[in-house]
Amino acid sequence: MHYNWDWGVFFHSTGIGSEIYLDWFIKGLGWTIALSLAGWVIALLLGTVLGVMRTLPGKILPKIAAVYVEIFRNIPLLVQLFVWYFIVPDLLPQGLQTWFKQDLNPATSAFISVVICLGLFTAARVCEQVRTGIQALPKGQTNAAYALGLRVPQIYKEVLLPQAFRIIIPPLTSEFLNIFKNSSVASLIGLMELLAQTKQTAEFTANLFEAFTLATIIYFVLNMGLMLFMRWVEKRVRVPGLIALGGK
Amino acid sequence: MDFSSLITAMPGLLSGMMLTLKLLVLAIIGGVALGTLLALARLSNNKLLSTLAGFYVNYFRSIPLLLVITWFYFVVPFIIGWLTGTNEPIGAFYSCLVAFMMFEAAYYCEIVRAGIQSISKGQVNAAYALGMSYSQTMRLVILPQAFRKMTPLLLQQSIILFQDTSLVYAVGLMDFLNSARSGGDIVGELHQFLLFAGLVYFIISFGASTLVKRLQKRLTV
Repeated sequence: MHYNWDWGVFFHSTGIGSEIYLDWFIKGLGWTIALSLAGWVIALLLGTVLGVMRTLPGKILPKIAAVYVEIFRNIPLLVQLFVWYFIVPDLLPQGLQTWFKQDLNPATSAFISVVICLGLFTAARVCEQVRTGIQALPKGQTNAAYALGLRVPQIYKEVLLPQAFRIIIPPLTSEFLNIFKNSSVASLIGLMELLAQTKQTAEFTANLFEAFTLATIIYFVLNMGLMLFMRWVEKRVRVPGLIALGGK
Repeated sequence: MDFSSLITAMPGLLSGMMLTLKLLVLAIIGGVALGTLLALARLSNNKLLSTLAGFYVNYFRSIPLLLVITWFYFVVPFIIGWLTGTNEPIGAFYSCLVAFMMFEAAYYCEIVRAGIQSISKGQVNAAYALGMSYSQTMRLVILPQAFRKMTPLLLQQSIILFQDTSLVYAVGLMDFLNSARSGGDIVGELHQFLLFAGLVYFIISFGASTLVKRLQKRLTV
């Protein structure tokens, strides 16, 4: 089979305005980062609430959080995305539905669906990490806090969570990297993030090896960079004397 | 909601599920085999071999599976063409299978590596003292024990793989999810079909992971 190698292809004009193919990659990366960060905000907030719920005394709240985790962990991400993109908008009240389907830019409505999907999907995983972090703390911490007269919300806010979060930095980092990688499913509902732009470049230029290599390098470098950065952060915020996790 | 059209669509859905399961089983076999080789390479004393295996694992773990599936869908036919000199198309199923095997091998490798490292060093020394070679030690002493320990983790990873097979949607392969989507599109009842697909995935994954948890309890000494 014949193949025309051309590594300069990224600087060729796309034929649309003065854009070059590299601009497509940059735009796509912008969407990918926006998706990951917005999804991460939801995942971290909801995941922390759920994780705390799982460690609370009583029966009902821990059960609710446990059911949430099982549902969101056992259904494939793509099925969840289809539910948020194809089904949920149809269930909205009429006014909201018209706004979502017609008034919004298609890219914006796809973006909202993917962010909600990624956020809720990852929240189930964050929940489990937060729970593990809280349970890893010695029981004496809670008892001492009670003895000092703190109330339950204060115990979590002032004593348990600040320590738990430092322990779970490594697993949370890998969850963030997962959300970053998972955001590529957005390409399947037509959002032009990094993977979709790569495919489009490959189809326009027929230089598919170059296009996919560039995308791979971008994902790889960002992933590795972030991982090394978080390892450094983890060392900086480690509580001396507390369980020395992740010292690898 | 009316679910009656699901019954008429059942044969299509079943054949989709068969494809999903076929892909899953082959990918697990290939992934575990390749992953074990990679784990042995990572733990070997040969610097070059362990660095290469380490790079392989880090590489596949830091790129999205969807990227790998798409890459291979475009690229594998080219490579086969170069290797064999023919222009035979190999089809989406095989390119997806190769993608899953190579991608999952990186994850299985880490599990196998941890399993091997959990076997005490004395076992290796004892095997050497008995005059066994490296391959005998691994095959007859270390790996059988390691695999028993890591079966729950390997199964857990395979459940994740089961869910991930739905991503073949990207290259138009008719797996379970894609059959449900297209079946629903044809009769205009996408909602029911997607919810049904979600329910089936949930029941299988949840059932399987409950069984794995029970197995894990029985295996722990």
